[in-house]
Amino acid sequence: MSNKVLETKKLSKYFYDPVKFQVLKEIDMSINHGEFVSIVGKSGCGKSTLLYLLSTMDTDYEGELYIHDELVTGKSDKEFAKIRNENIGFVFQFHYLLSEYNVLKNVMLPGMKLGKLSTDEVEHNAMEHLRTLDMHEQALKMPNQLSGGQKQRVAIARALINNPLIIMGDEPTGNLDHKNSDMVFDIFQKLTLEHKQTLLIVTHDNDFAARTNRIITMDDGKII
Amino acid sequence: MNFKLILNIAVHLLRARLKQSIVAAVGVTFGIAMFITLVSFMHGLNNMLDDLMLNRTPHVRLYNEIKPSDKQPISLSSEYKNDVNFVSSVKPKDRGKAIYNSKAIIHYLKQDERIVDVAPKITTPVFFNSGTIEISGVVYGVDVAAEEKLFKLSDYVIEGKVSDLDQNNSIIIGKGLADKMLLKKGDIIKITTAKGNLASMKVVGITQIGIADLDNTMSYTSLDTAQKLLGEPTNYITDIQVKLHDITTAPALANEFRAKFNVDAIDYQTSNSQFETGSTVRSIISYAVGIVLLIVAGFGIYNILNMMIFEKMDSIAILKATGFSGNDVKWIFILLSMVIGITGGLFGLLFGFIFTSIIDVIPFSTAALPTIKTYPIDYNIVYYFVGITFALCTTFIAGLFPALKAGKVDPVEIIRGK
Repeated sequence: MSNKVLETKKLSKYFYDPVKFQVLKEIDMSINHGEFVSIVGKSGCGKSTLLYLLSTMDTDYEGELYIHDELVTGKSDKEFAKIRNENIGFVFQFHYLLSEYNVLKNVMLPGMKLGKLSTDEVEHNAMEHLRTLDMHEQALKMPNQLSGGQKQRVAIARALINNPLIIMGDEPTGNLDHKNSDMVFDIFQKLTLEHKQTLLIVTHDNDFAARTNRIITMDDGKII
Repeated sequence: MNFKLILNIAVHLLRARLKQSIVAAVGVTFGIAMFITLVSFMHGLNNMLDDLMLNRTPHVRLYNEIKPSDKQPISLSSEYKNDVNFVSSVKPKDRGKAIYNSKAIIHYLKQDERIVDVAPKITTPVFFNSGTIEISGVVYGVDVAAEEKLFKLSDYVIEGKVSDLDQNNSIIIGKGLADKMLLKKGDIIKITTAKGNLASMKVVGITQIGIADLDNTMSYTSLDTAQKLLGEPTNYITDIQVKLHDITTAPALANEFRAKFNVDAIDYQTSNSQFETGSTVRSIISYAVGIVLLIVAGFGIYNILNMMIFEKMDSIAILKATGFSGNDVKWIFILLSMVIGITGGLFGLLFGFIFTSIIDVIPFSTAALPTIKTYPIDYNIVYYFVGITFALCTTFIAGLFPALKAGKVDPVEIIRGK
């Protein structure tokens, strides 16, 4: 079995509104297991769009997408949901925690959805992840009681709960101050070094990108 | 699909908008409570009126109708068989009012398993004499035991005892008659029959059935007394009243008896068709009002869910990003709606029961209905089933459309849109 977590073949994407416009132009790329990859590029070059295609949330594209050497292009909404649940962890620019649940429940939710472990086990794992991120003391707080950096750490814990193949981040530090950005980067780095976690982060922060293993630079819908 | 998790999420979303959810549930509660109250009350009234009628009316009545012969002599003649005959000034045939061979018919009917019991009766018009005034009326000669069993005669006797009719020459008169002639229990009343026979009878009771026309004219006496009054033999009977186990078979049985005994027979449905129509219309009205209330409640739920989905776009996006499919999201919102429906519906049933109980104890005394003391309520578990089913259906449909919309939310659009 090859070491590729993610591979694309001639991935193209069009926007139709207001006029037909090709955002991504036949992108071929792959990400190996354990890599810490960042995608950089100017605003509007299509880096976020690429990430959403890779995440299977956006399915309106041409070309082929392989996750773990398995072709996922053209699967059903339900299968995509399962792939996201099992294999992909998300960290967004805005933290997107469910305000109805406390921190612990937020982290547990994808694990409960996966349903492979009992509630107690999921809760235990969630606490472990929160502990490694130094958030275990906030476990029973509601999201609106946390600071931005804390929320982002909860989001990372949530991304980790199902031991995904890959964690994707869409500007995870974009909304944070310098100190918190550094902290988030340190967490990511620790994950790759200690847990061989594959990471794919879209960012416009060049300092951040410079410290990752590999930088994919995009311009005008192409990788350069 | 992990049902428990989905339900858990639905309940959490609901709790976040507790006030609006309660308002939506109260809408359902109100609709169901009103539905239960209306239907129970309407059916209580219907049943009361039905009983009023049913208790007075046999399911099938056998009698001799006054009518002309179906076949006039000329139609029997072979000479004019192919001609068109006009017979003018036809008179009804005098067959006598007595049912021929009545004892045998009664005996036969009593063996029939479809029949609860049979009560023979004599109906005859009379004049009640009060001084020089004659008041026209009717005497019913009844078999006291059978009449009591089939029609609960004693329910309507407000003074005296039905069993006193078994004494010779005793009579129970209608309240209207008693008032007109200033008679009370124990007085003597003079009666003239249509054939001119004069008799004196002792008033042993007063009856009131609540229909003024009847109370003003009718009186009860025993079969023996009526036969003596008319000077007829003991097999003289003008009506045979039949009560059936299943009232819906009345029309069929009436036909059967008509053919078998060569008498006229009329069934309950035919003699009370206008009554049935009234009952049906009242039922339809109460159901219609209940359903309209529920539909209004349904729109309330629809609105609140739509708003909730709009507010919870972020949550929906994150649920989808972390592995919930469109189907899961759809079910979250359908369940949310159903939770509102079930909670509101159950409270509706409870309040419906409370309202009906309150109506049930409100005094409702009318001189016309001596047996009714409070407003009639029909406590029927079926209405509660219908109510909760309506509630679930309405909330399901009201939730379905917003839920479908939520299921189709594109997470990319929401996340990018920030």
